Amino acid sequence: MAYSDKVIDHYENPRNVGSLDKDSQDVGTGIVGAPECGDVMKLQIQVEEGVIKDAKFKTFGCGSAIASSSLATEWLKGRSVEDAQKIRNVDIVEELALPPVKIHCSVLAEDAIRQALADYQNKQGETAPVAAKEEA
Amino acid sequence: MSQPQRRIYLDYQATTPVDPQVLDTMMPYLQGSFGNSASRNHAFGWEAEKAVDQARETLAAGIGAKAREIVFTSGATESNNLAILGAARMYAPKGKHLITCATEHKAILDPALFLENQGWDVTVLAVDEKGHISLEELVAAIREDTVLISIMHGNNEVGTLHDIAAIGAICRERGVLFHTDATQTLGKEEIDVNSMNIDLLSASAHKMYGPKGVGMLYVRRRAPRVRLEPIVHGGGHERGLRSGTMNVPGVVGMAEALRQCQVQREQEQARIGGLRDRLQELLTDALDYTQINGDVESRLACNLNISFAYVEGESMLMGMDGIAVSSGSACTSASLEPSYVLRALGVGDELAHSSIRFSLGRFTTLEEVEEAAACTISAVRRLREMSPLYEMAMEGVDLSKVQWSGH
Repeated sequence: MAYSDKVIDHYENPRNVGSLDKDSQDVGTGIVGAPECGDVMKLQIQVEEGVIKDAKFKTFGCGSAIASSSLATEWLKGRSVEDAQKIRNVDIVEELALPPVKIHCSVLAEDAIRQALADYQNKQGETAPVAAKEEA
Repeated sequence: MSQPQRRIYLDYQATTPVDPQVLDTMMPYLQGSFGNSASRNHAFGWEAEKAVDQARETLAAGIGAKAREIVFTSGATESNNLAILGAARMYAPKGKHLITCATEHKAILDPALFLENQGWDVTVLAVDEKGHISLEELVAAIREDTVLISIMHGNNEVGTLHDIAAIGAICRERGVLFHTDATQTLGKEEIDVNSMNIDLLSASAHKMYGPKGVGMLYVRRRAPRVRLEPIVHGGGHERGLRSGTMNVPGVVGMAEALRQCQVQREQEQARIGGLRDRLQELLTDALDYTQINGDVESRLACNLNISFAYVEGESMLMGMDGIAVSSGSACTSASLEPSYVLRALGVGDELAHSSIRFSLGRFTTLEEVEEAAACTISAVRRLREMSPLYEMAMEGVDLSKVQWSGH
């Protein structure tokens, strides 16, 4: 399968690989996928005054999954929490020129974004930290 | 990190290049001696017929058979189809049960499934974690109406070598026909159809440095005489078993390819096995959390199937730019399922997604093995740094107990 130049670029030079402190009050974490399906994405955001200051990812998956999550962190940084809700998987598909068989990678990235945002919002709304894996 | 000039081929179990000497023997039959071996009334035809006869002799001798027992086909897939469907149609009055195993190539399993849809009973034997069937289970599965048992010689994904001599002995004793798919082993392992009690054997030229598009089916003619219903009709070539114009350069090339494999078989397999062992050692010394899939005690010398936990196969292949290997990951195939062979061995889906098959061959060098190992090691390390699973495992999280959201 031929990869688009953008997928290759993100694969070779992934942006924002790493982890943030998942127990921190200003960090939201999303973990989606499953090892036996061949894709697991962990996406984290750090929010200051309603704006995403930092975003990190770690992904187990194909090159397109890595690229989708790398791109997601790039798009998240600097956005308001509200604005971040508007990122759609189709935007990722378009930006990375993903073929139909790889669309699920973009869906996973969108799910990871939503879960990270929900986790952050839960932490703000409640005193007790909420686990990121609530959807399981 | 990519060097576009570099190309290292470690996918010899997928196909091999044509050996230059093999090509030399084929060339005359593409041009000057291009005749149709079925043309009985002129020298062009006689010349081609003579070449085909010689090729048939060579290939038959290579497996301890007689020339009349070799049927040329377009490749192992056709040979397997002719063996399974041809025997099934011929022997249907005797019974409608056949036995095969879970790790067979699709060219066996799909014809078997086709028969099942036509009302046949198919027993698919399970394999153990090394890829072997249980001989006791095989014996127990044989029924009055069993007409054919098909068990491959060497597995294409994990390299496990089945004990076909023992299986052949059981089949002979029980009076059931025995077919083996020897696509991965002809030219690499010793094969004798008589001492191994093989009644039908499939093989292909392009896995042993011959051309693509040609294969053969050995069909025993004595004790017992195996009869098949043809699946390709139209002209009555190959004693009516396989109609169609003979691929003269193809069969000439196949015969020369086998001849060369057999002349140097022991030295060549020892050399390739040594390189494979070196590759395995380099990878397992440098990396933790690896698993060799298959049977390290009874395995094709060329094969190394290894899982690198916590990294996904397709992303590994991307990081091994210029190195040609295969992966058991779903992402590299048309289906969304990981390798059914690894699954049959009980390898978990997550480790199947993390598997790479290296297969070495005649033109593989130590330098290539070392470069491939270095490249694999750096890809795995880089991807593990990026892997949430590796991070969790290092933190002591039991991944099997995590509630994954799935997808």
